Amino acid sequence: MNDIKVKVNDLSLRYGTNPALKNISMNIPEKQVTAFIGPSGCGKSTFLRTLNRMNDLIDNVTIEGEVLIDNINIYDKNIDVVNLRKKVGMIFQKSNPFAKSIYENIAFGPRINGINQKSKLDEIVEVSLRQAAIWDEVKDRLFNSALSLSGGQQQRICIARTLAVNPDIILMDEPASALDPISTSKIEELIHELKTQYTIIIVTHNMQQAARTSDYTAFFYMGDLVEMNTTEKIFSNPSKKQTEDYISGRFG
Amino acid sequence: MMMNRNLKDTIVESLTGVSVLLIIFIIVSILAVTIAGGWPNLNWAFLSEFPRDGMTKGGIFPAIIGTAVMTIIMAVAAVPFGVITAIYLAEYANEKSWFAKTIRFAVKTLAVVPSIIFGLFGLGFFIGFVGKNIDGLLNGGELKWGQPNILWASLTMALLTLPVVIVAVEEAIRTIPREMREASLALGATKWQTIKKIVIPGSVSGILTGTILAVSRGAGEVAPILFTGAAYFLSDLPHSLSDQFMSLGYHIYIMSTQSSDVDATLPIQFATTLVLLLLTFSLNAIAVVLRYKIRKKEK
Repeated sequence: MNDIKVKVNDLSLRYGTNPALKNISMNIPEKQVTAFIGPSGCGKSTFLRTLNRMNDLIDNVTIEGEVLIDNINIYDKNIDVVNLRKKVGMIFQKSNPFAKSIYENIAFGPRINGINQKSKLDEIVEVSLRQAAIWDEVKDRLFNSALSLSGGQQQRICIARTLAVNPDIILMDEPASALDPISTSKIEELIHELKTQYTIIIVTHNMQQAARTSDYTAFFYMGDLVEMNTTEKIFSNPSKKQTEDYISGRFG
Repeated sequence: MMMNRNLKDTIVESLTGVSVLLIIFIIVSILAVTIAGGWPNLNWAFLSEFPRDGMTKGGIFPAIIGTAVMTIIMAVAAVPFGVITAIYLAEYANEKSWFAKTIRFAVKTLAVVPSIIFGLFGLGFFIGFVGKNIDGLLNGGELKWGQPNILWASLTMALLTLPVVIVAVEEAIRTIPREMREASLALGATKWQTIKKIVIPGSVSGILTGTILAVSRGAGEVAPILFTGAAYFLSDLPHSLSDQFMSLGYHIYIMSTQSSDVDATLPIQFATTLVLLLLTFSLNAIAVVLRYKIRKKEK
């Protein structure tokens, strides 16, 4: 196993009095793809959002336990959430480019970090779009609205936008669930390339996708982490009956 | 039984039809009477000249300028204040807190206060309190700010139109999808950066619409400026914020009730009314077009 990038210790989360995550502990390896699978409502997306503290935005959420990223607890009182989110980028289920040009979408993150020099921004935009494998498709219309692109292209613009902030970790919340098969396979190829540089954590409904893209897989059920192991092991020889039932399609 | 139901249907349909026709009839007759009476008297001289001969002749130039300047000052005061309040309500306020509820209640109440009350408030607060105290502190008690002027009238009007701005802007802010805010925050933007770069630019249509609706409302109101700055007649345009001004709405009122010869001023009344209607209608039309264009662009 690679070095541990994220270490979660005994994490619980409640909405009001409603437990959504129960005593989750896991280690997420660096520069690998880790997939979270499980039926709807099992807590996998909620768990993903605890890793960049996106749940902070929701009222009435109580979180206990700790999440260590590079051995620093991100729920520590003196953690700056803004810096955390620069380090832990996020791709959402529904592609959400801003109603701005392609260029301005990518330049958004660098700009809020105080980079205003045009040559520097140009460079970041090109590098990020190339990394997201969409440069050739959009290089002639960088100043067109990002909303004019197709769904799959929009999602890759969102990935490029996240890369432009230079994160260590990229969280992906069902990034291809709204896309057609061709766009999906492009995103999957991209994930494969990005893992050489980034730690990627992906939530997916699609078990084939988890099997194809990930190195490690964690199975969640009703707010519990049932088991986590290498993807190969989970899909060929899971140690828990629940996991086996789920991956063989007996429920979910 | 069947007959009975069909009959009810017919009655309801006729009633709704009659109501609609009535509304159309009212609008058309207002326009027809105003245009018929006003159009022949509407010419460049009428728009560009001062009133003459005891206001029975001449134009309405100072009233047009007065109304324009008053609405500009009003917008400058009301729009930033309204936008900031709307941002607070939509982005920062905890919906359940008593403070947010109090603000909401205040905005709603402000929207239903009769306009004459705003006039009295302006007289008491801006002139009687703020103006008098400025005079006492800066001018050694000499009367300058403690009397009606265009500044106090505009600020009074700003209070009246504030709810319009707040509601329009807050609505626009709330239509910005949560995903947009999340995308910005997930890139490491602070809440303020998100508001500045995503929420406000995305609410431009609402801010513009609110501004124009406020301006078109304020341009036509008379009661709030009655005691706070509008003048019966002035031989000169206002030169400073402490001068009084003439206004279109007030001009119509005095022409039709206070004039020495009401019949002689009838053509002026009609033409002034037409100018005021054209002004407010075109402002509303601009608001509608702007909103439509920006919505289309957003998609």
